[in-house]
Amino acid sequence: MNNPTNLRAQDGPYFGEYGGRFVPESLIAALDELDATYQQAKADPLFAAELAELNHSYVGRPSIITEVPKFAALAGDIRVFLKREDLNHTGSHKINNVIGQALLAKRMGKKRIIAETGAGQHGVASATAAALFGLDCVVYMGEVDTQRQALNVARMRLLGAEVIPVTTGSRTLKDAINEALRDWVTNVDHTHYLLGTVAGPHPFPTIVRDFHSIIGIESRAQMLNDYGFLPDVLAACVGGGSNAIGLFHAFLDDPSVRLWGFEAAGEGINTPRHAATLSMGKVGVLHGAKSYMLQDEDGQTVESHSISAGLDYPGVGPEHAWLKDINRAEYFGITDDQAMQALKALSQTEGIIPAIETAHALAGVIEHGKTLPAGSTILLNLSGRGDKDMETVGKYFGFLGA
Amino acid sequence: MSKTEDVLRDLDSKDQPALVGYFPAGYPTIDESVAACVAMCESGVDVLELGVPYSDPVMDGLVIQEATEEALANGFKLKDLFPTLKRITDSVDTPVLVMSYWNPIMQYGVERFARDLKAAGGAGLITPDLIPDEAADWLKISDELDLDRVFLATPSSSQERLANSASLSRGFVYAVSTMGITGAREDLDRKARDVVSGVKASGSDTPVCVGIGISTADQVAEVNSYADGAIVGSLFIKAYKNGGVAELTESVSSLKSGK
Repeated sequence: MNNPTNLRAQDGPYFGEYGGRFVPESLIAALDELDATYQQAKADPLFAAELAELNHSYVGRPSIITEVPKFAALAGDIRVFLKREDLNHTGSHKINNVIGQALLAKRMGKKRIIAETGAGQHGVASATAAALFGLDCVVYMGEVDTQRQALNVARMRLLGAEVIPVTTGSRTLKDAINEALRDWVTNVDHTHYLLGTVAGPHPFPTIVRDFHSIIGIESRAQMLNDYGFLPDVLAACVGGGSNAIGLFHAFLDDPSVRLWGFEAAGEGINTPRHAATLSMGKVGVLHGAKSYMLQDEDGQTVESHSISAGLDYPGVGPEHAWLKDINRAEYFGITDDQAMQALKALSQTEGIIPAIETAHALAGVIEHGKTLPAGSTILLNLSGRGDKDMETVGKYFGFLGA
Repeated sequence: MSKTEDVLRDLDSKDQPALVGYFPAGYPTIDESVAACVAMCESGVDVLELGVPYSDPVMDGLVIQEATEEALANGFKLKDLFPTLKRITDSVDTPVLVMSYWNPIMQYGVERFARDLKAAGGAGLITPDLIPDEAADWLKISDELDLDRVFLATPSSSQERLANSASLSRGFVYAVSTMGITGAREDLDRKARDVVSGVKASGSDTPVCVGIGISTADQVAEVNSYADGAIVGSLFIKAYKNGGVAELTESVSSLKSGK
């Protein structure tokens, strides 16, 4: 059994039976180089200082915590606090990881970065870092996603990145990752794959988690300093799982704090059109790691569905698979409609427009907050802002036109 | 006791080039893939690499991706693999290795897959996304059943990893000619020679075949001058797509004969 007070010490390559490196041999040297570079950087106070300075003066950290009592009233007699990652430069938590990995790319002397993106937030963050550090940047994005997130495509191009629409497979995030991996296999000498979530082969799940763990580290201190208690529950949406693990990690060894992850149930968890990997998937290997995934009996990946491009992914990070199996975290499905209603609710009760991805966590709080004792407290990672989603939202609620 | 190694060594002793040919099971249909594979073996392929169609083939270029997508769209299921394999091995003596990404094998069950592969006359497995470090189950059952297991050796592999790939491979070591995915390239990377000499320098006597980007008879001849075989895939699929079995066999025999 895992020691329940030492969950934070898990650094891969395996989390329980999950993780590993199920990739072509061609990538092993690059993964080893990345791992070694990261270990050196972690031990280098100058690296920590440079990252802290960029987080402060470029990203805008620490992000604030906002209590939202009118929204909380929708979820019963509880208090809800938002960790405002939407206020970061570029509008989501994704920048935390990107700045860190761009610094690692610089240390490795790699002048070109490639990235995959679903909603476009990671692509925008990567293009931003590339502009800041003077790196060439290519972003792979499923053709379907380039259409539903057209504004983010324009942002990436404005920042100087090349956006390549991916037309193979389901033309979404899964296929964008395949294409990025193919590029990396071919150009690994001078290219860093700036993976945007806590999935993929080791050391990515660990590195991406560590760069996002600042979310939980700040939150934990802010809750204790500003409010004098730890929240009873943490809530976050889960696609690949980066914003959730970023919030959860600092609290893993606080047994009083429950961890709730909300996956995209699309048109319903019992329909074929969802992206609820942890709730409905089976263990397998996808994109280099062993974890839960949506697949058929032959091991072919099944296409996921979600109204939110950022959660539309049939895999999930290995650390989440492990946290689920050891019952440290609980994962639930939230439908497209629940998420859209929650997005509108937060906008109209508190004047904060969240991303559709993030709205899954808000909907989860409305649904599951009602099961908590009166006076319970929930800290929710408001992982991104909704500007990029205005076209989808406008169509959904009929807000467009005269 | 590897038939694949016997075939490759025999060709080497006769100073003849060895050609390893890839074709996907179920492409475009099961019957047509059987006919194509048998024709390849009869027209000059010395070792056949039978591909398992998979939804996320990250090591493959567009030609193979499209062919395997078509096989899946035409209804290929994993359970069809073994009857397909058996029909080929019943028709020809050529050793047939199955090339599969790891997740389908994992879902089928590693041991069950190995036993069914053996029963269908398969020589072994090529695993493009399984490194020896993650292969404990497969190492065990392939030893028990004396199946070939082909791991990759690449230009970026350390000498230590090349030696490990070589010592754990049976049948042959798959030397990746260049940093990249499958698909024809005009200039075959000189790095292939370094990978092969690295494997040989480790003291391994397992044959080394070079793949990825081979598309001309000259390249096949060149590769065979320093390695134990040349692996060709995308070119054969293109030939089949253009002109069916006739153009496929023409392509195989022209590559094999160096014309």
